[in-house]
Amino acid sequence: MSKSTKTTSKQAKGYAGMTGADLFHKMLLAEGVEVLFGVPGGALLPIFDSLYETPIKFVLTRHEQGAAHMADGYARSTGKVGVCIATSGPGATNLVTGLATAYMDSVPMVAITGQVTSALIGNDAFQEADTTGITRPVTKHNMLIKRAEDIGRAVREAFYIARTGRPGPVLIDIAKDATSNILSEEPDLETNLPGYKPMLTGHIRQVKAAAEAINASKQPVLYVGGGVIISEASDILNKVAHRGNIPVTTTLMALGAFDESDPLALQMLGMHGTAAANYAIQECDCLIAVGARFDDRVTGKVETFASHAKIIHIDIDPTSISKNVKADIPVVGDAKDILEKMLPMIKSKGRKDWLGQIAKWKKAYPLHYDTGPKIKPQQVIESVGRLTDHDAIITTGVGQHQMWAAQFYGWRKPRQFLTSGGLGTMGFGLPAAIGAQFGNPGKTVIDIDGDGSFSMTMGELVTAVHYNQPVKVVVLDNCYLGMVRQWQEMFYERRYSATEHPCPDLSLIAEAFGAKGIRATDPGDLDDAINEMLKHDGPVVLAASVEPEENVFPMVAAGKSLHEMDMGRLV
Amino acid sequence: MKHVITALVQNTSGVLAHVAGMIAARGFNIDSLVVGRTEDPELSRMTVVVVGNEHVLEQIRKQLEKIITIVRVRDFKEIDYVERDLMLVRVSAPPEKRAEVVELVNLFRGRIVDVARQSLTVELSGPEAKLEAFVDMVKPYGIRELARTGIIAVQRGEQRAKERNEKENS
Repeated sequence: MSKSTKTTSKQAKGYAGMTGADLFHKMLLAEGVEVLFGVPGGALLPIFDSLYETPIKFVLTRHEQGAAHMADGYARSTGKVGVCIATSGPGATNLVTGLATAYMDSVPMVAITGQVTSALIGNDAFQEADTTGITRPVTKHNMLIKRAEDIGRAVREAFYIARTGRPGPVLIDIAKDATSNILSEEPDLETNLPGYKPMLTGHIRQVKAAAEAINASKQPVLYVGGGVIISEASDILNKVAHRGNIPVTTTLMALGAFDESDPLALQMLGMHGTAAANYAIQECDCLIAVGARFDDRVTGKVETFASHAKIIHIDIDPTSISKNVKADIPVVGDAKDILEKMLPMIKSKGRKDWLGQIAKWKKAYPLHYDTGPKIKPQQVIESVGRLTDHDAIITTGVGQHQMWAAQFYGWRKPRQFLTSGGLGTMGFGLPAAIGAQFGNPGKTVIDIDGDGSFSMTMGELVTAVHYNQPVKVVVLDNCYLGMVRQWQEMFYERRYSATEHPCPDLSLIAEAFGAKGIRATDPGDLDDAINEMLKHDGPVVLAASVEPEENVFPMVAAGKSLHEMDMGRLV
Repeated sequence: MKHVITALVQNTSGVLAHVAGMIAARGFNIDSLVVGRTEDPELSRMTVVVVGNEHVLEQIRKQLEKIITIVRVRDFKEIDYVERDLMLVRVSAPPEKRAEVVELVNLFRGRIVDVARQSLTVELSGPEAKLEAFVDMVKPYGIRELARTGIIAVQRGEQRAKERNEKENS
């Protein structure tokens, strides 16, 4: 580390004489950390000794991946920085999936890892791993701290970087001796980030150009991504949409940013998006992307994506602009700031023809499913939505259940839906729900999960029981890795290769862990089972045995254009 | 097409690994990457020669700017600049051929920095094309060892570097 040439005006007082671990602890408190998720270990002993009497709520998890997802769920649901801690070597490597998940979805997180004593670094010491090397591609930033004097500055930089600009996880790897050593002098807490200048305000000329294009358009569509939730821009988005009568489609990451009961709502777009959203994208003459990044699951065949449209791209990250789809009018900056500037420039328009066309699509191709003798997975989601008044915080794993949750819950508010969109991390649901529950005491938090995803991290049920966090888990139990099975059915002649698995009774597993277990097999009992789950004051697993070979529709097959949707065999 | 990009970077551990890792992970093609100290002990300068079209150049520049420890990035797409590449090459030069090799070195304004019985070591700097031409000329005599620094570059005179973000927003 180079020594800062900056002034030491931020020179701390009263830290000399304490250990690096105590300084670290004080810095966490100064950053307002309320809850810390993690697992202790050898390299962390000085830190955990300092945390022995702390006002911070420490949550001991079963696995470091769980700690990372909990910090992630806490951050996504509250907007605050989530914090997790793991020891050196395997502790740190176990965090990697959680870091990559948060990185792909721009979640503000700080991860702390213990490192072996600085003199041993590079010697293949016990529980040594090159943590900064391993995590560099999956963090927004990381740093290795070898001296107690650098800990304070590192913590301040980490929180600042994590929560500003396009947020993301930042990792601090701290050598054990840096935490056990005593500070001989007052540490310099001044951050030294000459290369970090997140662009927060949009250029007014670009905003004007965008507004003019919108006003000139006949068939505009707002294509809204997770950036709108991150920048707390839902209200202003709503105003812009209504002022210009512009229909809104939300990506998986943005569900809740625009109320789906609003007539302008097109719901989700992309591979499993609604027909109305996908047709609107293909037919629009002006596409306004806000805080979205033209992911391949959204665009389908990129050459034909919104090919008639002038493309306006609002994003805080310049690397997202013109990466996949060339933007005609790029606007770099914070979504909220830009939409606020744009609102007075938007002309009020009727757009009768365009909205009429969209209404026709919505009517002709609604999301639908048929009921049958077995419980349909979509039915479970719809019932959960209805019985929670569309007001619960929902987390998911990854796969069919995730897409059904996205399609059928009925999203109303931002920060209501927490899902691993970019990385697609199975096992995210339960730990993310626990983290969200810690951040939202008293709220109903439900993990809608698949049996495959749930199995990956279900050990964290013990954590929910341990800390009496009343998270609910609804498992759509089909004894398959359903999404892969669906692709095998559709594209590999039903050759179900390694997608079938034994189905333990998850309700009994829940009971063994000290949670409540409920099993539902009959469609007629579904509402009662969900109500029983919601009423119980404690963690619950509701295992719903669902139609095993149900498929997610509509579906745009990989490499196809958005308008080439497969609506399912029932249409 | 080749583009030269330079970056001022903080002298922290891992910054080179970060840049190299980003380039590899995103599948960018580079010709060379040179790092050296600057007049400021806190900063180093990296010079990267990128191969690709404008889209690639734009992405690599933005991705570099995104790295926290990179302070400033500039590409020389619209700026007149001076580039140099330094080469040390040990050429076979037995006594009967030595005069010919020396003549070539002089023609290219190179310097002979070491003489041995069977070989000469030549220092040559300049734009890439000149170095390659020299290598072509001495190849028949036999190249024993060759090392190059890769390109470093600075702008000519006091032109203002185009602020790319401004351009993006104009």
